[in-house]
Amino acid sequence: MAILIDDTTRLVVQGLTGREGSFHAKRNRDYGTNLVAGVTPGKGGGDVDGTPVFDTVAEAVAETAANTSMVFVPARFAADAVLEAHDAGCDTIICITENIPAMDMARTVSHIRHSRRGVLIGPNCPGVISPGKANVGIIPGEICEPGPIGLVSRSGTLVYQIVNELTQKGLGQSTCVGIGGDPIPGSDFIDVLEKFEADDQTEVVVLVGEIGGDAEERAAAWAQENMTKPVVAYIAGRTAPPGKRMGHAGAIVSGSKGTAAAKTDALEAAGIRVGKNPTEVAEIVAEIRG
Amino acid sequence: MNLFEYQGKELLRRFEVPVPEGRVAKSPDEARDAARHLGGKVVVKAQVQVGARGKQGGVELVASPDEAAAAAERILEVEFMEQNAFALVQRRRRGEVLSAEEEERIAKATPIKASRVLVERAGDIADEYYCAFLVDRSDRAFLGMMSAQGGMDIEKVAEDDPAAIARVHIDPLLGISDFHARRLVFGARINPDAVKGAVAIIPKLYRAFVEMDASQIEINPLVLTGDGKVVALDAKVTLDDSAAFRHPIFDELKAAHEVPEQERLAKEKGLNFIKLEGNIGVIGNGAGLVMSTLDVVNAAGGEPANFLDVGGGASADILSAGLEVITSNPEVTSVLVNIFGGITRCDLVAEGILDALGRLEVEVPLVVRLDGTNAEQGRKMLADAPHPMLKTADTMLGAAELAVKLSRAGG
Repeated sequence: MAILIDDTTRLVVQGLTGREGSFHAKRNRDYGTNLVAGVTPGKGGGDVDGTPVFDTVAEAVAETAANTSMVFVPARFAADAVLEAHDAGCDTIICITENIPAMDMARTVSHIRHSRRGVLIGPNCPGVISPGKANVGIIPGEICEPGPIGLVSRSGTLVYQIVNELTQKGLGQSTCVGIGGDPIPGSDFIDVLEKFEADDQTEVVVLVGEIGGDAEERAAAWAQENMTKPVVAYIAGRTAPPGKRMGHAGAIVSGSKGTAAAKTDALEAAGIRVGKNPTEVAEIVAEIRG
Repeated sequence: MNLFEYQGKELLRRFEVPVPEGRVAKSPDEARDAARHLGGKVVVKAQVQVGARGKQGGVELVASPDEAAAAAERILEVEFMEQNAFALVQRRRRGEVLSAEEEERIAKATPIKASRVLVERAGDIADEYYCAFLVDRSDRAFLGMMSAQGGMDIEKVAEDDPAAIARVHIDPLLGISDFHARRLVFGARINPDAVKGAVAIIPKLYRAFVEMDASQIEINPLVLTGDGKVVALDAKVTLDDSAAFRHPIFDELKAAHEVPEQERLAKEKGLNFIKLEGNIGVIGNGAGLVMSTLDVVNAAGGEPANFLDVGGGASADILSAGLEVITSNPEVTSVLVNIFGGITRCDLVAEGILDALGRLEVEVPLVVRLDGTNAEQGRKMLADAPHPMLKTADTMLGAAELAVKLSRAGG
């Protein structure tokens, strides 16, 4: 079955006419994703390689029955674009854009949660891929294979690194989800674990965390209570010095909080095995699969 | 961006948060003038971002302009240490014998000097509190906190006596209401004389927090003065760099912060660079992969010299610039390039590496691992252009081990 995106996905890309937007939308379409529309205000009526472009998401949804939006617009307009997609009824919104002000995301995420409708993945994320079905974002499709492993990660390139190790061991994936490296993500680990637990294709889940915040600790507690499927974890940033923002806005150890050691302890205490490096993560998954 | 105390207070003043009257001084003479202008007793405070500033000799209470000048002269010479290293020094001062590793950490700590002092009018303090607003990641909402145990390390209070901290979540869409302020103030059980003043300050702090795109505003201590006023005696303000586009003042505030040469150079080239203490230069794409690379270098027995993320879709120029920044650090004895191409194309990475090798005098071994988009093409380009310092590896772990080994051989 896979989660979030599959062959029923009808994708609208906000920012399709931009350089990055058109490049990745085309790659997603070539992968087999059903790309139905693009949105760029003021460029409605045109097309990008045959994909119709609309001025508003509402029009795109009305004309093409799009149900999923990928947001590729610049940071200062991105929160507005997410709200527009939500307002237009897109129930899966995947926001790739990075450097969106936290205040904007706080309001946007609050609004979506209050509405009790729809899912936001990202921002500052590589997107989602359900191998063999659909790819929405920038994860290279060629390193993935369909299979029973679900993967959820705060880091983009660690999705690639770990998926590659899994695929090389013959461990295909149901869905790989990049939830992004921001302090306020639209979806956190628990939101995605919940979907993997309910998904019949997924048999083992890999959770890729990093320093900063307590999302991994909360995920560990939640998984212990609610998951029947085994979870294997990796935490990046064991050797990161406190007080330094390691690239991602959310990846910072403040005082004694958010360290890799504390996260590893919490995960292990919840019965989740933690690999010391990406290779070891794949080895543990292989061992669990027998 | 973490603001200096004086910058944070200037911002708070715009939102009508009461702060002591003060002036910034960059020299003893300026401190003397500031003290003369303020009159009476003043406090001279180092403008430096370290913990335990007072214990490190960064704060002095003085009675005259000449004393203020003398205090400023002393304070501007203090070599401050970051909090963890200073904690070790304190243990040593108490007579504890530190381990060799701990001694090394003290020796390696980079001294930090203040280039400014804040001269403030001193007043009587009847009571001290703690008050803060921050973006709470767990609840994806804003969190207000208040405690009657002001002037203390709040993390320690949270550990020793969690009930001493009142907390209230504020929905970013609803914003602050007076009851939030009352819950904080009455929840923290502060001195009844301070209640009215504190309830009045809290919504102003919240407004400053939201309107300035802060990720944190911490007032420690918030004080009740002898004459019954509630005043922010210190201010730690962290601004969200992502919001700089709508706050022209962010650039101005940033200009007061000295950035180390290597970091400034990296920033100019659009690289995400953080200097570390070791000797193995690290370049990768994506923050997570670079963090993970630092970890595996460490596990292989090496010490990374830096964190450098070239970002997604890095061009040959960016890669080349990254290598230039890294090799400009004389401590570096080998370099590890770890790329997993997604948007980033490995052929462009290879082009950047070859450009750097041709352009710079690279005298340390360079270990390259390429995977993902166009990796084979990239590997072939490197194989076709042999260079005595260029080595390749097939896996991330293999590359880390080789970089550590070569670093030892060379050093």
